[in-house]
Amino acid sequence: MQDSPDLGDRGDAVCVVGAGASGLTAIKNLREQGFAVDCYERETSVGGAWNWRHDRSPVYAGTYLVSSRPLTEFPDFPMPDTWPDYPHHQQVLEYLERYARHFGLGEHIWYGMEVVSIVPVADGRWDVTIRSTGGGSSRVQRYAAVVIANGHNWAPVQPEIPGDFLGQVIHSSAYKDPARLRGKRVLVIGGGNTGCDLAVEAAQHADQVWHSTRRGYWFAPKYVGSRPADQLANERAPSWLRRRRNRRVAADLTRWGMPAPEHTPFESNPVVNGLLPHYLGHGRIMPVPDVTGWDGTEVTLADGRIIEPQLVITATGYRPRFDFAAPELLDADEHGRPDLHLHTFARRHPTLAVVGLVQPDSGLFPIAHWQSVAVARWLKLRARDPEKATAVQREESERPLESWSRRKVVPTRRYWFEVGHVDYLRAVESLLNRMESVK
Amino acid sequence: MSEILRFQDWSDPVPAGDREVVSRLPEEDDGERPPLLFVPGMGHGGWAFTEHWLAHAASRGWPSHAVTPRPGGDLRAQAHDVVQTAAALPRQTVLIGHGTGARVVARALGRYPARAAVLVSPVLDGWAALGAALRGNPAGTIPALFGGPLRFSAKQLFGPGLPAEQAQAHLERIGARPRAELFGRDALPEPVGGPPTLVVGSPDDRVVRRPELDKAAARYGGAPLLFPGMGHYLMLETSWQEPIDAILDWLGKQTPAR
Ligand SMILES: Cc1cc2nc3c(=O)[nH]c(=O)nc-3n(C[C@H](O)[C@H](O)[C@H](O)COP(=O)(O)OP(=O)(O)OC[C@H]3O[C@@H](n4cnc5c(N)ncnc54)[C@H](O)[C@@H]3O)c2cc1C
Ligand SMILES: NC(=O)c1ccc[n+]([C@@H]2O[C@H](COP(=O)([O-])OP(=O)(O)OC[C@H]3O[C@@H](n4cnc5c(N)ncnc54)[C@H](OP(=O)(O)O)[C@@H]3O)[C@@H](O)[C@H]2O)c1
Repeated sequence: MQDSPDLGDRGDAVCVVGAGASGLTAIKNLREQGFAVDCYERETSVGGAWNWRHDRSPVYAGTYLVSSRPLTEFPDFPMPDTWPDYPHHQQVLEYLERYARHFGLGEHIWYGMEVVSIVPVADGRWDVTIRSTGGGSSRVQRYAAVVIANGHNWAPVQPEIPGDFLGQVIHSSAYKDPARLRGKRVLVIGGGNTGCDLAVEAAQHADQVWHSTRRGYWFAPKYVGSRPADQLANERAPSWLRRRRNRRVAADLTRWGMPAPEHTPFESNPVVNGLLPHYLGHGRIMPVPDVTGWDGTEVTLADGRIIEPQLVITATGYRPRFDFAAPELLDADEHGRPDLHLHTFARRHPTLAVVGLVQPDSGLFPIAHWQSVAVARWLKLRARDPEKATAVQREESERPLESWSRRKVVPTRRYWFEVGHVDYLRAVESLLNRMESVK
Repeated sequence: MSEILRFQDWSDPVPAGDREVVSRLPEEDDGERPPLLFVPGMGHGGWAFTEHWLAHAASRGWPSHAVTPRPGGDLRAQAHDVVQTAAALPRQTVLIGHGTGARVVARALGRYPARAAVLVSPVLDGWAALGAALRGNPAGTIPALFGGPLRFSAKQLFGPGLPAEQAQAHLERIGARPRAELFGRDALPEPVGGPPTLVVGSPDDRVVRRPELDKAAARYGGAPLLFPGMGHYLMLETSWQEPIDAILDWLGKQTPAR
């Protein structure tokens, strides 16, 4: 770990919170636009969610990308073309470490430092309080802007199920490898990517598997023939044609008694799992409805059935947490859901932005890259030419919400930050062009 | 064309290919200097740089590499090979392309934020180069228009200073069957990350004429650095050291130790 930077006022420097994929690309792109950057990371190394050494990392031994390589890599730093279509999580971490080394990002990161508060002061500047995770000492530094890249997949959500269950219950974030499943009767709750992955792992290792979902989803396979399905879905085509193609590829699992989806395919981030139908079709996974209660060793389901699992894994997702920021800074509602322009720019604080707070139908890294390019150019424009910046802001305030955000989705937390990557990137591109053209 | 919506890269990524990389590393690398990646143009491979430039740059402290893109690859595949090679190096890399290799570099600059870029005797506008070749060596050029090989004469490629037998030896290794798109003149992408870019050439080059050098330099916001009396292959001439020293001096100024 390096020495502490100068105490006090950091002038035009920008503070980045977190050194996961989003924080790394924020540092790189801010540096590229000429900003000095201090990034604070509470863990002792880069990689965020993909760094399985971190306690809060949600990845398990069997995590592979769900988005294929070309749709996942940073647009200006490709993954090696000799890697598989869907790299393993350890390769993703290696990739992020290489990205950090290649662009010399490490020297701008302060490890073992947690941002505990950000407070706006005069002229759009921020007082940032940082505390050493080793304990004790904290200090305040003043920055020209704050870019939050703290991730939204590390604070587990536990379902509230009435009653007392005597078996073992763990959240998926605590699940690491299949040894845990061997010889057990296992219930997996949750139909997102994690829930489906774990249902499959349980089918391969446990004695008996129930998979509880409270609604239906569309499932995309990883391959159509020998081509990664997302590559097929991203051939250049008008959006109606792309939708039709997706519909042909996506499957609902109503044949096996799962509920019908409430939206059209790819209207929400897809569950990508080619093996789930396989194990359903081989009778290794028993789909069941929502859990309504539990008592002793018994779990009651919505259809009145009673099952007796020994291990329950709640793959019920994560919620975003911004403990260091007052809710009004991000226009967050009472559930903690921020309301940001392009899920990125704070509406009332032009020098505050969030990177990586999206749920795309593609990999996250390219989106985080273009978000941080836009943030860096915006901060530069604002510093150099406030008048033009105001003009851009005015134009942006008229950008229709439905042009970049997917609103027609089920109103649960899983869909708060839903975007279609093509529409979303189109909006970011037009913002970049606006900033360019206002000369 | 959108640089952000990359349907072709998303749906039809360039597959892995055989690229050859040769390296000359400084005896002591303090990590202060960015790696250099040399990219040969049509008709020659990385060897054109191993003759003199790679070792010389390494002796001056620059980790130096030359990549020969996959044989038969189109412009997109060649640019992909360059970006893949650069991204595999430990630090942000300087891209240096010669001839049509400069065009490959210009494409790669749209996909990789190079630390800096140098375009040596760049064939950015293939039509102008073709015109010059037709005027200077019609017999060797015309067959290429019909899919045959391009034959060069020593007078066309090298300055008068290079001894005839050396020129002949080089000529025997240079064989080009030009691919149409290497000679295209489509719009070059905006370099990502805004790297400082230098154009180097000779006013006496018979492949890339002076006005082309000026145009290339203007495209990247500068004036060309000129070495009168030399031919097209600056790195193979007797006076090869002058241009590479000038390039390294320029790079030293553009990429101060961080
Ligand atoms: C199991 C799983 C599989 C996934 N698979 C894919 C996939 O296939 N493709 C894909 O694109 N995405 C996938 N994702 C999404 C994944 O979250 C993103 O790829 C990416 O990791 C998000 O990066 P981030 O930097 O935004 O957040 P994170 O990776 O969570 O990084 C945030 C960083 O901020 C730090 N931090 C947080 N708060 C503070 C603070 N107050 N002070 C200092 N530091 C702080 C954290 O320690 C962490 O290092 C998956 C997620 C999960 C859970
Ligand atoms: N690369 C990979 O292999 C991989 C693997 C896992 C995860 N991921 C990614 O990681 C992120 C998180 O995924 P995730 O699957 O952990 O979370 P998620 O997508 O939020 O899914 C949570 C699931 O739990 C359900 N749920 C939530 N609260 C519940 C409750 N109280 N009772 C019953 N069910 C409840 C949700 O149902 P509703 O739909 O009704 O809300 C949903 O099915 C996503 O971006 C995902 O794509 C990727």
